[in-house]
Amino acid sequence: MIDILIRFAVGGLVVSVFSVIGDMLKPKSFAGLFGAAPSVALATLALTVRSEGAAYAAREAHSMMAGCIAFFIYVSAVSWIIMRYKLKTLWVAVGAVPVWFAVAFGLWWIR
Amino acid sequence: MPIEVHPSALKRTKWHEYLVRFVFGGLITAAAGIIAKKFGPEVGGLFLAFPAIFPATATLVEKHETEKKREKGQNDIVRGRDAAAFDAAGSAMGSVGLFVFAVLVLQFIQGHSLWLVLAGATLCWLAASVLTWWIRMRVL
Repeated sequence: MIDILIRFAVGGLVVSVFSVIGDMLKPKSFAGLFGAAPSVALATLALTVRSEGAAYAAREAHSMMAGCIAFFIYVSAVSWIIMRYKLKTLWVAVGAVPVWFAVAFGLWWIR
Repeated sequence: MPIEVHPSALKRTKWHEYLVRFVFGGLITAAAGIIAKKFGPEVGGLFLAFPAIFPATATLVEKHETEKKREKGQNDIVRGRDAAAFDAAGSAMGSVGLFVFAVLVLQFIQGHSLWLVLAGATLCWLAASVLTWWIRMRVL
């Protein structure tokens, strides 16, 4: 339980720091780079190496590559749909999350 | 296109909006650990690139941009949505850097200093992301 709470606190903090940096930047396309910051990865890997070892963290990093490809396709789809159809951002961003799951788990399954 | 830093933009963000991103970031980090323990590091690792706070961030971009237009007397929702779409396009370019980060961690985390690897991979994420953005702006 302590481990989960530490992960929650460290993850929330690292994610918030990168978000604040992105909030301050212009143009928006440049600020968006910080939406793909390795915030969750930094918090997770730092704690994982200490508890499970470097080999375990390397296996996580290997899978993370599939997650990155899924992230790229997800945000590209969100950008295109909003630009093309001018729909409400929240609906598109939440509605497209299954795209991330489909690509990430599809790549993990065929690896 | 020049890059500008506007610390005053932080005043637009309300405390509960900071809280939402902290909670979502914390939840996905905790969840990634739990999933890795239950289903193995291969499944847990996927969630290191999960768009945990992206919907919240993109929604804030739309909201703040629409508010700015409203203050100028324009009721232009489309401009707010365009800003969110540009932000998402920037995240797509940043994901190239995120992939570079994952490759470097995979290659060097075993047998090297943890902090050196994470710091080096983060710097390379930034460099690869900015380079991708710069090339994209030059080409199109």
